[in-house]
Amino acid sequence: MQIKVNEQDLPLEENVSLGTIRDRIKPDADLLIVNGFPASVETLLKNDDQVILIKRGEIPGAEELDALLTARHTPGVHAIVKGATIGIAGVGGLGSAIAIALARTGIGQLIIADFDLVEPSNLNRQQYFIDQIGLPKVYALRDTLARINPQVRVTACQLRLTPENIAAVFGHAQILVEAFDLAEQKVMLIENFASRFPDRPIVAGSGMAGYGPANTVLTQQVARNLYLCGDATTAAAPGTGLMAPRVGVAAHHQANAVLRLLLAENPVKEGKF
Amino acid sequence: MEIIFNGKARDVQDGICIQELLDQMQLDCMQLVVEHNNNIIPQQRLTETPLNNGDALEVIHFVGGG
Repeated sequence: MQIKVNEQDLPLEENVSLGTIRDRIKPDADLLIVNGFPASVETLLKNDDQVILIKRGEIPGAEELDALLTARHTPGVHAIVKGATIGIAGVGGLGSAIAIALARTGIGQLIIADFDLVEPSNLNRQQYFIDQIGLPKVYALRDTLARINPQVRVTACQLRLTPENIAAVFGHAQILVEAFDLAEQKVMLIENFASRFPDRPIVAGSGMAGYGPANTVLTQQVARNLYLCGDATTAAAPGTGLMAPRVGVAAHHQANAVLRLLLAENPVKEGKF
Repeated sequence: MEIIFNGKARDVQDGICIQELLDQMQLDCMQLVVEHNNNIIPQQRLTETPLNNGDALEVIHFVGGG
């Protein structure tokens, strides 16, 4: 029979216990997982079992880490997302959360662009930390992404996106995520990217302020290659602030739309294009 | 003439350009993405883009927040 230990194939005789494998392969492991659940050393292993041996607190080497990080990915999906390059314009409440979701998904390359610095008022919804206050957001986020998934290549551009530089910054992005704050800036970005790269999808956010029902946040196709995530109406305004839950809902609509586009699935409804 | 505006038939005057139509409808084009016959048109080209009978126009309004 055959099992997998830390994602590597291992031929195995019958009636071998988990403890025996632990002693043979990783004697200092103190967390033993079989098929996704912690198991005792007496557990007898069966054909096709997936065994993960972990020493708590230890950081695995690069190759083993890659295998362990990708253990929960669907096989065909991982190969596609690993080859993908996604641009994210703006890394505030939407962009920082989208970048983290895509990094956890195993996207190969992220191009992140923003001119802004981390401020205390960002921390109510943006994926930054107290000890990052004052840092350029793109560098703070790059550090965070490296802590989550060092396999992701991150191109961090600290600059203000303008009609003149959008095509150069995102020239390699096969999908662009619009994650700006101001409506006029959203429009400027979309117009310029779409003019230059009309066949590349754009996934934009509009309408995620306040604490209205999460169920009014939708993913819609609003133009041939433009998808809009949000309720499309609730603007950030005095009395209707941006808050982590609803911004997070919209951000993850956007991240999921990106994933579905990469997999040639329709972002709006079940099924292929 | 008739165009398809956000999916619905709409009568507009012959030869009108996109900018004129948006002005008549009192829409603020700074917050709009405009798609004309499946192509997104930058704002600076809205005045030079005339509409023809049967054209499809999608106007997407954006609100702030992110």
